[in-house]
Amino acid sequence: MIPELGHYALVLALGLGLIQSVAPVIGAQTRDGALMRLADSTALMQFFFVTLSFGALAVCFMTSDFSVVLVFENSHSQMPLIYKFSSVWGNHEGSMLLWVFILAIFGAMVAAFGRNLPASLKALVLAVQSWIACAFYFFILLTSNPFLRVAQPPFEGRDLNPILQDPGLAIHPPLLYLGYVGFSIAFSFAVAALIEGRIDAAWARWVRPWTLAAWMFLTLGIAMGSYWAYYTLGWGGFWFWDPVENASLMPWLAGTALLHSAVVMEKRNALKVWTMLLAILTFSLSLIGTFLVRSGVLTSVHAFASDPTRGIFILGILVLFIGGGLSLFAWRASMLKQGGLFAPISREGSLVFNNLFLTTACLTVFVGTMYPLALEALSGQKISVGAPFFNLTFGPLMLALLFAMPFGPLLAWKRGDLLGVSQRLIAAFAVGLVAVGVTLALKGVHSIVAPFAIGLAFYVIMGSAVDIAERTGLFRVPLATAGRRALGMPRSAWGTAVAHFGLGLTLLGIIAAGTWGTERIVAVKPAQTISLSGYDLHFKGLTPRPGPNYSAVVGTFTVTQNGNVIGVMEPYKRSFAARGMSTNEAALMSRGFGQLYISLGDSEDNGAVAVRVYYKPLVLLIWLGAVVMMLGGALSLSDRRLRIGAPKPARAAKPAKTALQPAE
Amino acid sequence: MRSLRFILLFIVLLAPTASLAVRPDEMLKDPALEARARSLSEELRCMVCQNQSIDDSEAPLAHDLRVLVRQRLEAGDTDRQVLDYLVARYGDFVLLKPPLRTYTLLLWALPPLALVAGLGGLILMARRRKTVSVHPEALSPEEQARLATLVEPAGSDR
Repeated sequence: MIPELGHYALVLALGLGLIQSVAPVIGAQTRDGALMRLADSTALMQFFFVTLSFGALAVCFMTSDFSVVLVFENSHSQMPLIYKFSSVWGNHEGSMLLWVFILAIFGAMVAAFGRNLPASLKALVLAVQSWIACAFYFFILLTSNPFLRVAQPPFEGRDLNPILQDPGLAIHPPLLYLGYVGFSIAFSFAVAALIEGRIDAAWARWVRPWTLAAWMFLTLGIAMGSYWAYYTLGWGGFWFWDPVENASLMPWLAGTALLHSAVVMEKRNALKVWTMLLAILTFSLSLIGTFLVRSGVLTSVHAFASDPTRGIFILGILVLFIGGGLSLFAWRASMLKQGGLFAPISREGSLVFNNLFLTTACLTVFVGTMYPLALEALSGQKISVGAPFFNLTFGPLMLALLFAMPFGPLLAWKRGDLLGVSQRLIAAFAVGLVAVGVTLALKGVHSIVAPFAIGLAFYVIMGSAVDIAERTGLFRVPLATAGRRALGMPRSAWGTAVAHFGLGLTLLGIIAAGTWGTERIVAVKPAQTISLSGYDLHFKGLTPRPGPNYSAVVGTFTVTQNGNVIGVMEPYKRSFAARGMSTNEAALMSRGFGQLYISLGDSEDNGAVAVRVYYKPLVLLIWLGAVVMMLGGALSLSDRRLRIGAPKPARAAKPAKTALQPAE
Repeated sequence: MRSLRFILLFIVLLAPTASLAVRPDEMLKDPALEARARSLSEELRCMVCQNQSIDDSEAPLAHDLRVLVRQRLEAGDTDRQVLDYLVARYGDFVLLKPPLRTYTLLLWALPPLALVAGLGGLILMARRRKTVSVHPEALSPEEQARLATLVEPAGSDR
């Protein structure tokens, strides 16, 4: 009964979506307030029914209802409850349902909180949201129904893929989808504005919280995925330039560019056309990411050709929304008036520089990801594009961007003074140079690039400190005055400094862990000791340990430093009977921002076991930096202009109920 | 979903049991030679995996390739010779950094071209704008004084 309810709820949501796709557009054309307001109700009701549908699937999984094919194929009665729940989206059909669920959440939030949007704009935005939703409802109902039943329910499920039986599955995909789908709001706003042919600085202010929120989720989602891969895959890497990872990086790069160009649009009413284009492109890249992963085209061009139903359907969605969005842009963009002149050396100029480099970086990732697919499809020629390619192309772009980054917030609007800003950044340059010197002195000249990259990281970190110091007048005015100014500073200014600081931390972590990490790959017998980077790891032996739906073999290592025991590390391997597979769980021990990492390999006949041991200095900064970036986004989101809202004609405006009320 | 999906693919495609990539028994005695083998391995693709280098991969094929690289190095090959040997056997597909050929020209050229084209476009636009005059006339002393009373001393960034 419950699966049928879920299925029926999804069909009802589709019905509502179809109404919402048409009625508000007619309302906006005929200035019919009732038709426009209809979108609010349908968006909220869509949310209700999609929640019902998602909840129904969750109940099927939690109660291990193996009469549902999806549950039978992806769950097991002995699995811990959290994995039963997260396996809802640990498969194709469920993850698409999660996608529309999040889309419905965003749609309902626009309907509920977008009170001070112009009625016609809001109606059109909700209509565009609904076009996207309907496309995906059709996709799920026609090609990927999660509620299909089997006639004779099996007694036990086939278990969730062991590698997905990890807390990472509960966190990473929802965050990533919140990011992807969040950018649909920017897309809908752009399309609605292009249809109306009217766009101004207020538009940028309305879109800002949505873009920021999506960007925050995506930042955290990517970081979580990277950390998950780091501790699960067993060789200590955190980014592999895999097409699937690239699929999430591209919307992030475009979204970051969008955040910055929207600032220019909001403050100076310039870059309007470009911002529209970025809003469309960012969501297009989210859709392309979905296509890349869902169509099977990545595994092989031929796999796509052999079972093309889903792939063709997604391709259709892509053509419809990307092609449609870009055509609309090409048709209507010339109507947008350009405003706000500025000199090349100015805050606007620096943000244009940022956009140029971020979009080029995004294009590089796109070309590197799609080129092998296109080449193989067109000529049959097979090539590989991997980490060495991206290090050579993406790397320099990012380094240049990072070097320019501290200049941006210090430059004045309209016309800036490059020399003056350089002088104010002298402290940052000095700290960077000292860092280069210290690194060279400590680590020698084995690597040329790494010490300079470390210097760059310190310069970036110090640059955001200089930004704050300049804004508050620290060291120039009495401390109390500076403190007062710091408190009075716009939260968005704090957000900028904090997010840029976070990026510096991430760079520091990437360079340090990648360059000065140490590694031992050895076969150890019980009572033997592995030494690395001043740590002694004493191997005690392997012991079996039963789990709920698996059996594990645990290796025990006592860790000592300078003869003092500092802890025990227990890497283990889980063997899952249901699928005949095993997974490797690395043991991690944090030392400051560095980590010791042990991963178990195969046992040898003579009683020895192969292990990989790493010490990765500052590795935690990679993900900590991402968290700091996200906090910067949160600070920026809490800026007072969100609460005050966009300028609007005087009328009895109701005071905002909560501080975090989006879409004003 | 993204990275879990590729983790999933690895597992389904190639690794029935979890084991380590580089194994202790395949490593060379000579540390300098082993270091060269490792850095070469990072440039080579495990052909049955999804964009994974043979240094990272657990697949049996990656193991064979790692052993092959080490055999060539022990036989006295230079790094270049090892790569050429592998390309002769497996084609360009084995290289994670695609070599410059006519059919990879676009791949390598597009990123720098995009940057240059973007810069060029911006310069062109800035030139066209200049005719519209970005430099307003300087303020008179009276205006300066009036401005000073209007703007608060510290000057916020807006």
